[in-house]
Amino acid sequence: MPKVIFVALGGARRTIDAAVGDSVMATAVRNGVPGIVGECGGNLSCATCHVYVHEDFLPLVGSPADLEDDMLDLAVSDRRPTSRLACQITVTEALEGLTVECPEAQP
Amino acid sequence: MNGGALIVGAGQAGIQVAASMRDYGYDGPITLVGAEAQPPYQRPPLSKEFLAGTADLASLHLRTPGFYAERGIDVVTADRIVRLQLSPAGPPGAGTALTERGRRLVFDRLALTVGARPRRLPLPGADLDGVCYLRVLDDATRLRAHLARARDVVVIGGGFIGLEAAAVARSHGRNVTVVEAGERLISRSVAPVISEFYRQAHARRGVDIRLGATVAAIVGEQGRVTGVRLTDALLPADLVVVGVGVVPRTELAEQLGLECDGGIVVDEFARTSEPAVVAAGDCTVLPNPLTGQGRLRLESMPNAVGQARVAAATLVGKPRPYTDVPWFWSDQYDLKLQIAGVTDGYDQIVVRGDPGTEKFAVRYYRQGRLLAVNAVNSAPDYLAVRKTLASPVPAAG
Repeated sequence: MPKVIFVALGGARRTIDAAVGDSVMATAVRNGVPGIVGECGGNLSCATCHVYVHEDFLPLVGSPADLEDDMLDLAVSDRRPTSRLACQITVTEALEGLTVECPEAQP
Repeated sequence: MNGGALIVGAGQAGIQVAASMRDYGYDGPITLVGAEAQPPYQRPPLSKEFLAGTADLASLHLRTPGFYAERGIDVVTADRIVRLQLSPAGPPGAGTALTERGRRLVFDRLALTVGARPRRLPLPGADLDGVCYLRVLDDATRLRAHLARARDVVVIGGGFIGLEAAAVARSHGRNVTVVEAGERLISRSVAPVISEFYRQAHARRGVDIRLGATVAAIVGEQGRVTGVRLTDALLPADLVVVGVGVVPRTELAEQLGLECDGGIVVDEFARTSEPAVVAAGDCTVLPNPLTGQGRLRLESMPNAVGQARVAAATLVGKPRPYTDVPWFWSDQYDLKLQIAGVTDGYDQIVVRGDPGTEKFAVRYYRQGRLLAVNAVNSAPDYLAVRKTLASPVPAAG
């Protein structure tokens, strides 16, 4: 099982054994990772799973599709080049060690 | 269990009450009792990704077993509360419960998150094999199996559940007919322009939509469904999906003498008529969260979650009113409908964009004040309205 590392605002790290095929949002919510809400269950309606992807993983994770891009533009408070919605990132073996940082606030 | 919080119903609202009570610092025992055998799962995908076969059961689970263990949340599955009693002498909200399997529970805080059941069709043939409802995981699993072998599918009811099931069936190449008694689709929730859009969108994709159609009987041979008889036609069917609304489960609330009116009546703090007892989710009727007025049902996952957080806050003695902007979504084919706000009482609509492009939005107003939006493949419109509704606006004069 690939590990996904969630970094909280204060720097605390939490490592979760994630299931391949799950989204990063679902991985966080099911395990009770604070800072990721995932209110809409992963259907691009709430942007409450905003994360910053660690730069090393950006090429592997890729860029947001159109609808996600709109959501990031309109819904999140501090969008950066590394911003993604965790519900749109699927865990794969290639993403072993994926590190994402939680923002200050979710909308 | 001796003392602590009892949460009756282990759906989305029940889980959220438990999780939020812990978030708010409650450290007593929490017991959650659910009738279904499976650990708590998400329902919205049942008529969407799960039915389509693109999501499996594991992906539906709301939390990991480790989450419940870590937070000290005792989840009891495959059992149900059959008797509830508040102790007349004890502190408010304290009492005892009895489960179907004979377990006796003593609680000092009580939340009802019992959900709703699908409305049954009181029709000849409604119990034939191949007639399916869609509410819980077992329903969806059965429906998925039938769908795999079906050729002709008739959907009774042109609401969201029926249309989502129709979209999945049609996407699997089945012949699909939707039978709706009213003069338009989804009439309870949206303006006629949206109803008409969905009628055309389904028709374009090959679904036969029958409006104003009355079902006389479901017919079959050797116990299996073979068709649906309308007053003026016979539709062949080897699968019938019934989606004609839900009925809130109020039996336990009625045992407690709580006020019910098409659902368990709660206030903006999720308090029932016995203020120490809270209720949340599809089983409730509540004041409009944006106005504090009226009494409505918000059958949606976001409401279950939002109202459950408020219920948890009330139970831990840190009450705050429920003011979340109601929202909802429906996926049909490649069409994502997103709704924010409550349309009740609108007197004007404004259509932005062209429904013919399958990307447009409808805004609802009352006396010039924005009430709600229905956005089809238009997330920016949806988000803009949701944001506006979330910020307090002075009433237009």
